Amino acid sequence: MWDYSEKVKEHFYNPKNAGAAENANATGEVGSLSCGDALRLTLKVDPDSEVILDAGFQTFGCGSAIASSSALTEIIKGMTLDQALEVSNQDIADFLDGLPPEKMHCSVMGREALQAAVADYRGEVWSDDHEEGALVCKCFAIDEVMIEDTIRANNLTSVEEVTNYTKAGGGCSACHEGIENILSRVMAESGEEFVAGGVGSAVAASSPAAASAPAEAAPKTDIKRISTIMRVLEAVRPRLQADGGDCELMDIDGNTIYVNLTGACMGCQMASMTLGGIQQQLIEELGEFVRLVQVEKKADQLVGIGG
Amino acid sequence: MSDIYLDNNATTMVSPEVLEEMLPFFSEQFGNPSSLHSFGNKVGFALKKARQQVQALLGAEHDSEIIFTSCGTESDSTAILSALKAQPERKEIITTVVEHPAVLTLCEYLETEGYTVHKLEVDSKGRLDLDQYASLLSDRVAVVSVMWANNESGTIFPVEKMADMANEAGVMFHTDAVQAVGKLPINLQQSNIHMLSLSGHKLHAPKGIGVLYLKRGTRFRPLLRGGHQERGRRAGTENAAAVVGLGKACELAMQHMEFENTTVKAMRDRLEEGILAAVPYSFPTGDTDNRLPNTASIAFEYIEGEAILLLMNKVGIAASSGSACTSGSLEPSHVMRAMGIPYTAAHGTVRFSFSRYNTMEEVERVIAEVPEIVAKLRKLSPYWDGNGPAEDPEQAFAPVYA
Repeated sequence: MWDYSEKVKEHFYNPKNAGAAENANATGEVGSLSCGDALRLTLKVDPDSEVILDAGFQTFGCGSAIASSSALTEIIKGMTLDQALEVSNQDIADFLDGLPPEKMHCSVMGREALQAAVADYRGEVWSDDHEEGALVCKCFAIDEVMIEDTIRANNLTSVEEVTNYTKAGGGCSACHEGIENILSRVMAESGEEFVAGGVGSAVAASSPAAASAPAEAAPKTDIKRISTIMRVLEAVRPRLQADGGDCELMDIDGNTIYVNLTGACMGCQMASMTLGGIQQQLIEELGEFVRLVQVEKKADQLVGIGG
Repeated sequence: MSDIYLDNNATTMVSPEVLEEMLPFFSEQFGNPSSLHSFGNKVGFALKKARQQVQALLGAEHDSEIIFTSCGTESDSTAILSALKAQPERKEIITTVVEHPAVLTLCEYLETEGYTVHKLEVDSKGRLDLDQYASLLSDRVAVVSVMWANNESGTIFPVEKMADMANEAGVMFHTDAVQAVGKLPINLQQSNIHMLSLSGHKLHAPKGIGVLYLKRGTRFRPLLRGGHQERGRRAGTENAAAVVGLGKACELAMQHMEFENTTVKAMRDRLEEGILAAVPYSFPTGDTDNRLPNTASIAFEYIEGEAILLLMNKVGIAASSGSACTSGSLEPSHVMRAMGIPYTAAHGTVRFSFSRYNTMEEVERVIAEVPEIVAKLRKLSPYWDGNGPAEDPEQAFAPVYA
């Protein structure tokens, strides 16, 4: 069963604005090919101010499709059409305290219904600007079509490149076989052959072998080493702080560096990415292999939860 | 009121008798059955007994035809890959479009390795065309793998007849019988089935135990090599507690075979009849004259399965659905699609699957709850208008698909 937030459940069990809006003067009807779900959004728009006076939805779809529809109507009521067009699918997902990655397309469908309804009101023809494919990377909700398009546009030839361009494959790495298959297929179109390299791209970064790579750098004295570590960490903190998180240096023990990654980043998929990313920067700056370990801040003990 | 579990084709409760039988093998009976000393020896005898209990349920001629594995999927993979390894000159596989992913996904992978996979189509009731099957049998085929009964619709395939045809043509025949074992009487010594997979957790044994039946004389290549366990055909220390549990579960299934086909079947029939009478625009899927006694698959038109399941779950009823959204895949059930059921109905199929632990009282509660749930969701559906589907529903609502 899906791990739905309480907010999703609330909007599914007791949807707001279900049914067609009365005296509606704008209708948007869209469906998501990826799951067969479909949605009709009806709006009652004040002709003078373009304010959305009422909104209603009818949805053929799963729990999160219904909840996304309900959330959408709640968000846009009272907005002008221009304001409503600013609503992104992420806004809809955020309103619901998040959606599982497989279900993000439900929020995309909501945003598209809104665009279609506004186009209908303005007498324009709405055409969809993206195609959706099978979900490949569950960590970052990246679908097949997005990966294919990116490979073609940038002539990508490795899983690592696909990860750098799309984020797909940058989390748990379970989808690397799928990405390799897509690479083989797309590269074959232009007569190229995909050649996979050895063990895999993600392994190299954390293996001791990486230590020898920047070996030409001279060994650093303790003080110099510590100040380098602190400088790297200070450099990434503003980015984390902007997202409501932070990264504090807790301790250094040989080649293990303990940090306390806090705030919004804690526990989410990005935490490991960030840890991995910072670790990589540290390895490059220090010229030696180090391991970054997440610890929770306790008065007098360090509790490692992974590295 | 306690919750109602009608998802027994997904998995079943471990019977209390099975659990009781297993418990000593987690504590005092911890020996390795391969060991010579008494600690191991006793466990060895327990495995022997379990093997005979499985043998009895399957009607196998010899107990050495029973190979314990870790699950149904392992049994399926072992069988199909063994057939390919043992006959490297044969590069074709025959299966069906409605197989479980344990077989289908493997076959799709084997296609990328250069094998040709023939997938038999089904008609609107989920039945196979045996003429098509006959035309595909040849000495190029390494193995036929056809499920005994479908997990979603419960439709039973004529595997015994198909095995005869394969045997006649000199082709190995494997059946994934995880849904059939314990629900249908099986007598393998009278059949030409060469290999059969079963899964413990579908018949009130624990998860993590399966069996591959291998008819004596069938050429075989192990998937796991190593120790001499299972006569060298499946290396790895035996999951003794689970094996013992499966043995007991098979004994109990044997005792309840008639109950399954009378009392359990009557509950299923009552549920289906009650729901179809109370809910307009709903219909059963599959071959209703020839299916598992415990399974009902009902399509509720114009609504989506996950939404139905969530609302049922809220009132304490557990079932499952062939909708795309419940599985995380993009397509609605390949089984429903193969039968040509339209999208708007395939998405709304709900499978109710019983076990001997259900009661008629539960059936009546479900019949009372379901119509309201369906009505609530139809009120939200763009294909629905008041008390019936919108006039010409496909026309009335024609969204832009992206």
